[in-house]
Amino acid sequence: MTLRRSALAGLAIAALLVAIGATATLHAADEAPATPPAHNHDEPVIESQSWSFNGPFGTFDRAQLQRGYRVYHDVCSTCHSMRLLSYRNLGETGGPEFPKDAVEALAAQAEMTDGPNDKGEMFKRPGRPSDRFRQPFPNPETARVANNGALPPDLSVMAKAREGGPDYIHALLTGYRDPPAGFKPAPGMHYNKAFPGHQIAMPPLLSDGVVTYTDGTKPTVDNYARDVAAYLMWTAEPKLEERHKLGLRVMVFLIAFAVIMYLAKRAVWARMHGHAAPTA
Amino acid sequence: MAHASSYQPTSSFGQWLDARLPVGRVMHDQFMTFPTPRNLNYWWTFGGILTFMLAVQIATGVVLAMHYVPTPEGAFDSVETIMRDVNWGWLLRYSHAVGGSMFFLAAYIHTFRGLYYGSYKAPREVLWILGVLILLLMIATAFMGYSLVWGQMSFWAVTVITNLFSSLDAVIPGLGTKLVQWIWGGFAVGAPTLNRLFSLHYLFPFLIAGVVVLHIWALHVPGNNNPTGIDVKGPRDTVPFHPYYTIKDGFALLMFVLLFAVLLFYAPNLLGHSDNYIPANPLQTPPHIVPEWYFLPFYAVLRAIPNKLMGVIALISSIAILFFVPWLDTSKVRSTRYRPIYKWFFWVFVVTAIVLGYLGSQPPEGWYLIFGRIFTAYYFLFFLVVMPVVGLLEKPAKLPGSITESVLGPDEPLPLSVPKARQREQVL
Repeated sequence: MTLRRSALAGLAIAALLVAIGATATLHAADEAPATPPAHNHDEPVIESQSWSFNGPFGTFDRAQLQRGYRVYHDVCSTCHSMRLLSYRNLGETGGPEFPKDAVEALAAQAEMTDGPNDKGEMFKRPGRPSDRFRQPFPNPETARVANNGALPPDLSVMAKAREGGPDYIHALLTGYRDPPAGFKPAPGMHYNKAFPGHQIAMPPLLSDGVVTYTDGTKPTVDNYARDVAAYLMWTAEPKLEERHKLGLRVMVFLIAFAVIMYLAKRAVWARMHGHAAPTA
Repeated sequence: MAHASSYQPTSSFGQWLDARLPVGRVMHDQFMTFPTPRNLNYWWTFGGILTFMLAVQIATGVVLAMHYVPTPEGAFDSVETIMRDVNWGWLLRYSHAVGGSMFFLAAYIHTFRGLYYGSYKAPREVLWILGVLILLLMIATAFMGYSLVWGQMSFWAVTVITNLFSSLDAVIPGLGTKLVQWIWGGFAVGAPTLNRLFSLHYLFPFLIAGVVVLHIWALHVPGNNNPTGIDVKGPRDTVPFHPYYTIKDGFALLMFVLLFAVLLFYAPNLLGHSDNYIPANPLQTPPHIVPEWYFLPFYAVLRAIPNKLMGVIALISSIAILFFVPWLDTSKVRSTRYRPIYKWFFWVFVVTAIVLGYLGSQPPEGWYLIFGRIFTAYYFLFFLVVMPVVGLLEKPAKLPGSITESVLGPDEPLPLSVPKARQREQVL
């Protein structure tokens, strides 16, 4: 009996610990260190940021995603593709939720190559919401030629493809510094304290005021980095809000069901009395 | 466990079918009235949990396969299409990915439970061997499934693992290379490789399901082992499977699903590697190639051996050695509960498996490599030396007189007669 009890307790504690652990992992980002850790030039420094989408109830901040899209569109999209996204996604639930006409206008800004037409020729037309995001380069080779031999990676799932996710993106975009004494980046490379190896081909393109914000948010590099990182988290995980919402319902259901099951189990096993063979 | 059938079909169709194909009778006898030791603890609920997880993996996997494109150009993007544009696709895909981890978690607990309580000893050797076979099939299936994502980790895991066969070149020059090219369907991991991995990944779960049926069959011949490891001595020692264990397994399953749901809904990528969200690139090797967490102990064993061929042999042996456990353990007593010396070696072995898992995630250099070798040595010594030798030398603790006695103590006087209504005809 005691062993069974302790096994049950063990199972319950294990479930609880993992639940706490998972939540803590998600919450860890909320607890930004009060003082930045000592700067070591060998180890990239990724500071945790506070994100609205952290935690089991986290949601995206619509205004932030809209600003983030603006930063992506005005700055990043000059070199970085986002081939998994379509303009229609910008209006979908759980994302930036641009109004329908805004989505159409944003799509129409992009000049798309379509075709071939009935004369066998490719032609240009304004983008439609169903189009994938316009790609800056027709092929990787062109991208390399235009970028000093480096290939700007696609950003669709970038926030899940790097250790630290949005924290890393924020740290990278705000991590440009003058190289420390004795550190000579290779020609065309830039020093960045967050990038592994500290030499990155991407030049620092963000500076205060390069992107116009219309909602009163301060147009600073830190805000640009934060907003575009949140936006990239959405592009990588567009169903995050739906997932959190469904998760809550499933949790409530499972916990209620488990309580009922436990009581039912107790009731059934209470039929066992003494040494006699029990009945069904 | 052989016991008289109490199945009495009431409907005329039921009687008609029972005379032709007695599925109802089998279900009734094996899953309703099946005499089950009354003292099974929660560690015994993982068999049911594993059956459930296999069903989850097959159900989600079949639907995922409807949307998945097994080509190097299409694989990564089709997974992302499932995540973005397929109705409930994100739920299916994360259930399948996290489900794989949960499946292994349950399988490892189930295996360690069998080891601790001596469930592999006579007359359950075949049951145990079938279980090890299932574990092997699971490892193959999970490895192939992980490759289908066709991210950087997928691609390089396939490259590393298939390349292990090239170590056979050390035995017969050219044999390993030929074999690897045959597996790849070409001169490098590519489209034919991915296509066959997909085909086999769809096939293997059904092989697992088949062996699971044999596993349950082999279980139902001798009946369950139990925490005391002593045999069932009479009807007082057992309860009918339903409702006692259906309800208990059901509750445990819910607790397990709760843990599954926490990971699925709140941290679906916690156990994955971020590099697998980078599309596969044959021209760029990731800085550290690591397998999923459930393969890490074996990966540590592989890398602990300096010679490639010997490393591969050690890797295969680390799982294959489980087949021989019924004959390596010389103790007459099943349950570790009554084995005062072996108990310590057992828990050190559990720690060894966990530490090897950690070491497998670290680069094989410096102290990691030294500890990897020490723990790998213990891993094998446990089976090859501890099991046979301790079994012979150890004086086991006193066993309880019966299962019932172990639960209630010997104090209560035995009832003079069991009420007629409660009598159960059981042939033991």
